Amino acid sequence: MQQKGQSTASAKGSVLLCLLSCAILLFAPWSAAENAALRVQVGYLELLEEQPPLLSNVLPEPRDRGLQGARLGIADNNAGGRFLGQQFELLNFRSDSPNALIERLDQWVSAGVSVVVANLPAPLLSDLAQRYSTEQLLLFNAGSADNALRSQQCLANVLHTLPSRAMLTDALGQWLTQKKLRRWLVVEGARPADQEYVQSLQRTAQRYGSKIVARKRWRFDSDLRRSAQREVPLFTQAGDYDAVVVADELGDFGEFLLYNTWLPRPVVGTQGLTPVAWHRVVEQWGAAQLQRRFDRQAGRWMSSVDYAAWAAVRSVGEAVAAVGQTDAGTLRQHLLSDGFQLGGFKGRKLSYRPWNGQLRQPIALVHPRALVSQSPQEGFLHPQNELDTLGFDRPESQCQDLLAGARR
Amino acid sequence: MKTCNPPLLAAVVTFSSLFAPLSQASIAYVSNEKDNTLSLIDLDTLEVVETIDVGQRPRGITFNKDFSKLYICASDDDTVQVMDTGSHRIIGELPSGEDPEQFALHPDDRHLYIANEDDALVTVVDAERSTVIAQIDVGVEPEGMAVSPRGDLAINTSETTSMLHWIDTRTHEVVHNTRVEQRPRHVEFTRDGSRFWASSEIGGSVVVVDVDSRQVIKTLRFQIRGVHPDKVQPVGVKLTDDGKYAFVALGPANHVAVVDARTFEVLDYLLVGRRVWHMAFNPQQTLLLTTNGVSGDISVIDVDAMKVTRSVKVGRYPWGVAVKP
Repeated sequence: MQQKGQSTASAKGSVLLCLLSCAILLFAPWSAAENAALRVQVGYLELLEEQPPLLSNVLPEPRDRGLQGARLGIADNNAGGRFLGQQFELLNFRSDSPNALIERLDQWVSAGVSVVVANLPAPLLSDLAQRYSTEQLLLFNAGSADNALRSQQCLANVLHTLPSRAMLTDALGQWLTQKKLRRWLVVEGARPADQEYVQSLQRTAQRYGSKIVARKRWRFDSDLRRSAQREVPLFTQAGDYDAVVVADELGDFGEFLLYNTWLPRPVVGTQGLTPVAWHRVVEQWGAAQLQRRFDRQAGRWMSSVDYAAWAAVRSVGEAVAAVGQTDAGTLRQHLLSDGFQLGGFKGRKLSYRPWNGQLRQPIALVHPRALVSQSPQEGFLHPQNELDTLGFDRPESQCQDLLAGARR
Repeated sequence: MKTCNPPLLAAVVTFSSLFAPLSQASIAYVSNEKDNTLSLIDLDTLEVVETIDVGQRPRGITFNKDFSKLYICASDDDTVQVMDTGSHRIIGELPSGEDPEQFALHPDDRHLYIANEDDALVTVVDAERSTVIAQIDVGVEPEGMAVSPRGDLAINTSETTSMLHWIDTRTHEVVHNTRVEQRPRHVEFTRDGSRFWASSEIGGSVVVVDVDSRQVIKTLRFQIRGVHPDKVQPVGVKLTDDGKYAFVALGPANHVAVVDARTFEVLDYLLVGRRVWHMAFNPQQTLLLTTNGVSGDISVIDVDAMKVTRSVKVGRYPWGVAVKP
């Protein structure tokens, strides 16, 4: 260079300088990511299940429920992670074959993946969890509301970000108690999930001194869309009751009970006034921002399962930022400790119950266009944390101290 | 031109002194987030004297140095409106980036630092030329914004990332980050710029940070009898110029904490309206006003007596407040 003509050298020099600075500008973000001190791969596993035919099928369920929540969690983590030299990446595998899911998880774990968000039914989740120790794998349950997982099974390496059915029915039960609606007519579907919801309602009724005055199982095979006004009033004759509580998780017939009951009573439960982890109508406590970010990314509303997957990935982000480690054992230890807190747009800090790994959270009571209330309701007290009035509190759960279990 | 101006100015002065005999009173401007209005409160009579329509979802508001202009974050219009405080007309809009929520005016009276909540950005705007000078990447949901009285440093809080981002105001680069507890909301510098206070809403704490060493020198927590600790959620912070007191608005706990700003001891909790967020002093710092979103009113604190003396009904969801002498 120096041996070449003076004029060209200076011109070339300035070009080179520009090229260099452009290159630096262009590659600065890339190299920052590349040099990230800590790269965290988070797996997402989902079992794709076929939906049975449903009567109220006007608004179909989105096909990427859960996955979009995990994606947003990764984006949120990376926005903060870049200031800490931490980079998060989502590995995504969805299949209709349980064996394929098991295989993929094996591959991930042998490749060093330590955290996986699971959108799976309870039995499969339980199978997967038992294949690994707490040091190998930390699973987040974002797909199953199963009560037994939180009260009996006590899987040491699973944290639950989706509320249990018991949390949902307790949230509803507290509101009904507050409104003095204590006599319930339960209308239930025949599917196993509906029956589990009913069991959960029975537990709630007992807790709050409410009475299930009658249980009616929906057996009709006619097309209710045409005949609800004629059939439902007859079907809902059952003496006097204060509220109709529906257990129809998939949404087969429940929507047709509203405004058609024999007595003019509110319809609550899986339809009508519904307890949920998340819904588009939640907009307080900064939630409007989360809703907007999600909408921008997914082009649809954020569901409870999306929220649970988001909360799982965000929990990992907060834990990694706090402890600077990515191994399952250390993360789990921190997540279950008093030191962990997660801002979850619900007006309270969220944390995990150390006895069963359930994420404590307020439960929204919504109808399709508005937030009606949020439980725990005022006046339902607890010696430690009012959020523990929802679902299985320490003495009610057979699970005892997951941290102690891990140390063994 | 110059020769024309003085008589015109004199005419204006005579005109305004004739028809505005009450203009001596300080006026508090309150932004009502869900009404798209500002409520103006006469601080002598403590009554709402005017309600002004502004852009959608007004939140942060701040005056320029001589109080001739009021800048208003109209969040849902994605703009910062400029209001002439003489005529109460909107005389301009600044390119603010999307969803501006809070901002701070640099001591040069010209550069606005705006937190763009939806975009994870801080936008720096030259208010004189109405141009964007810089956009700075920060964490998710940037909210709190403050510029040091020394002028060399701006601090932004990102709520979901739970960080305080230190921005060099010359290079417009993030030079340092401080991780704090969940959902940091607000930053307030001491008068000499040597320290700042930052609140964490969900974490329930306030940190005091030393600027030169970049170290947290104190973490404050609050305990109110009969209120669950998780509901004690600090948002707004105000410091008296004499360095004696700090006031911390505790959100849904419906109290303002009075803190000794030298010893960091919490001296008292004052009961105000529901969901208290932001605050402003009158010029003499004898009154402190708080915005109470859920009850839709302003509580007036007598600073000498340390008592809440009045509440003034304003619009729906009062968010920000600024006082013009």
